Amino acid sequence: MKATVHVFLKPGVLDVQGKAVEAALHGLGWTGVSHARVGRIIAFDLAAADRAAAEAQVKAMCERLLANPVIESWRAEVGEA
Amino acid sequence: MKAAVVVFPGSNCDRDCQRAIETSTGARVERVWHQETALPAGVDLIVLPGGFAHGDYLRAGAMAALSPVMAEVRAAAARGVAVAGVCNGFQILCEAGMLPGALLRNAGLKYVCKPVDLDVSNLQTRFTAAFKDRRRATMTVGNGEGNYFADEETLDRLEGEGRVVFRYAGNPNGSARDIAGIVDASGNVLGIMPHPDRAFEPELGSADGALLFQSVMASA
Repeated sequence: MKATVHVFLKPGVLDVQGKAVEAALHGLGWTGVSHARVGRIIAFDLAAADRAAAEAQVKAMCERLLANPVIESWRAEVGEA
Repeated sequence: MKAAVVVFPGSNCDRDCQRAIETSTGARVERVWHQETALPAGVDLIVLPGGFAHGDYLRAGAMAALSPVMAEVRAAAARGVAVAGVCNGFQILCEAGMLPGALLRNAGLKYVCKPVDLDVSNLQTRFTAAFKDRRRATMTVGNGEGNYFADEETLDRLEGEGRVVFRYAGNPNGSARDIAGIVDASGNVLGIMPHPDRAFEPELGSADGALLFQSVMASA
């Protein structure tokens, strides 16, 4: 299985990198940009019996390590290798 | 009197902490590698020092919070041993769930390294008793992710329970409610962003950090 985990700061948590990127894009003339967020993608291969098993493992990984629930939210995609 | 300073790969203030504790309290200090599964017997204080444990990869403190020694640190705190996380050590304690909240990227995006004035908000803790009636202290911050964050309910609880121990007199990083240091519900675990280990003798610009180490050693 291939897993891709997307981690972003939760809405309401100030994303200073997102703000800086947005300001820079505005400076380049893309004034239509708003709500820019900077997050992180973690991609890996995963040995698992089936998709449901892989999804359960990825969920546990996110809760245990890959995201900090105090400040971050995550979503994951699990697919065939 | 004995203290342990945990050394993670990427810690860079472990020797500063050792020297600061030795100089200000006379305690014997052992540095303990993060893979250890036991702490020195009879330890009165455990310090998680500043630095960039595991390169701050993923999130500052995220990997260090899972190091084998942290189970021992957690157990020691539950037994009443004082635990102080300074800077990166504060981040590690939050990631380990031993303190509430998290430390975000500084609001100004810059790494901030300068002396800061602090209000000692609670003089009744085991980490501040030696400040006596001194409400102001000076220590140095050096952090890129020192912007304390917790939800409003948690912040209200921390303030209501007197667990905000140090506040910035001039907030350098956007920290919620000017928080520079907090303790856990037991009062045994302190997280502090400014470095007492960089302010333990007058030659360093301030000796106020020595009071913190003296407080905690006197409380053991």
